[in-house]
Amino acid sequence: MAAKTLTIDGKSITAEEGATVLQVAEEAGIKIPTLCHLEGIYDVGACRLCLVEVVGVPKLLPACATKVAEGMEINTDSERLRKYRRMTLELLFAERNHVCAVCVSNGHCELQTMAYSLGMDHVRYEYLFPKWGVDTTQRLFGMDHNRCILCTRCVRVCWHIEGAGTKNVSGRGTKSHIITDLNMPWGESVSCTQCGKCVQACPTGALFHKGSTAGEMERDRGKLEFLVTAREKHQWVVAV
Amino acid sequence: MALEHASGDKRFKILEVHMKKHQFRHDALIEILHKAQELFGYLEDDLLLFVSYKLKLPPSRVYGVATFYHFFTLKPKGEHTCVVCMGTACYVKGADKVIGAVQEHLKIKAGETTADNNVSLLTARCIGACGIAPAVVYDGSVTPRQSPESALEHINKWVAK
Ligand code: SF4
Ligand code: SF4
Ligand code: FES
Ligand code: FES
Repeated sequence: MAAKTLTIDGKSITAEEGATVLQVAEEAGIKIPTLCHLEGIYDVGACRLCLVEVVGVPKLLPACATKVAEGMEINTDSERLRKYRRMTLELLFAERNHVCAVCVSNGHCELQTMAYSLGMDHVRYEYLFPKWGVDTTQRLFGMDHNRCILCTRCVRVCWHIEGAGTKNVSGRGTKSHIITDLNMPWGESVSCTQCGKCVQACPTGALFHKGSTAGEMERDRGKLEFLVTAREKHQWVVAV
Repeated sequence: MALEHASGDKRFKILEVHMKKHQFRHDALIEILHKAQELFGYLEDDLLLFVSYKLKLPPSRVYGVATFYHFFTLKPKGEHTCVVCMGTACYVKGADKVIGAVQEHLKIKAGETTADNNVSLLTARCIGACGIAPAVVYDGSVTPRQSPESALEHINKWVAK
């Protein structure tokens, strides 16, 4: 496979053709903030948190969905990028009802962690306070739409790792939400195998194990990566 | 569930022929939903399930696409539905007079639902029943040779209840 040479934050790097900017940066030890990206499933570029600057390209590009090219000069950190990332985060917070103190994921939430690490100390936008419900009809799991950031990780793991295709996104704009089958209560879903992969994948407190209270919901993302490696490469690499 | 169009409704058969024309390809989903809406006036759950089953796509995917485009109408909120076929054959036989009478009577336009959520009025484009034109579908049952009088009579049965 042809190799590409490029620079990220001034560091010159050789990368395999077809790799994404995000993958290459990670291998080089450069951390780019992400939310919708999840190791093991394909990327969709939904959250726009991983935006980077590419010299000669006027718009910002999502690192997870941009393939490396010969001679690319990439910046992953600048005042402009930090400004945009904070803005994106604030919008995510304003769109639904994120009350961390009472959330099952408090302390283990990727959205919360991201807000801390990017120095988001307040939200400049008016909260929409939409009235979304909580679906507790499933025997083992629950879904709180108020905490959902529509990253579609659950949709992708359900369809592409589990193969069930139970979850998807319905509607558009502020009406978008995650559905099970034909928008029925989760507990009535015919296709759901109750495998819990979507719960493992969720970055926020939107999907949870029933019975967990504030701060109790921890996830094991490594399991998803393990499954994909085992299936695709026939390698049973268990993290120890 | 109308997975094998158990209802015997010919419209499912027509829709299936259409899917076959597209070789049941996943990327023909939008096309198929268009056709389904033309035939049925709106996309009810069992119709979406039928499409999902035939195209071998997850129901959630079919529902997701159907709700993304404003063009598609899901189950209307009225307790009863009246779908008037406005296809060529029905039109020639007076479907416009039928729908005109219904609109005037219910004081709603096609695509709307009465304020008390009792009746939703919709249109379709050739429901495959040209031989019995003009055809109207009342709560899912295809009814032949309608006139403004027979249509109002039918609707009044709902209103009375
Ligand atoms: S539990 Fe498994 S099958 Fe059910 S929705 Fe979640 S990922 Fe899909
Ligand atoms: S439920 Fe969780 S994983 Fe699914 S879209 Fe919402 S935030 Fe993402
Ligand atoms: S991680 Fe790249 S857009 Fe979300
Ligand atoms: S035009 Fe109405 S059924 Fe064909």
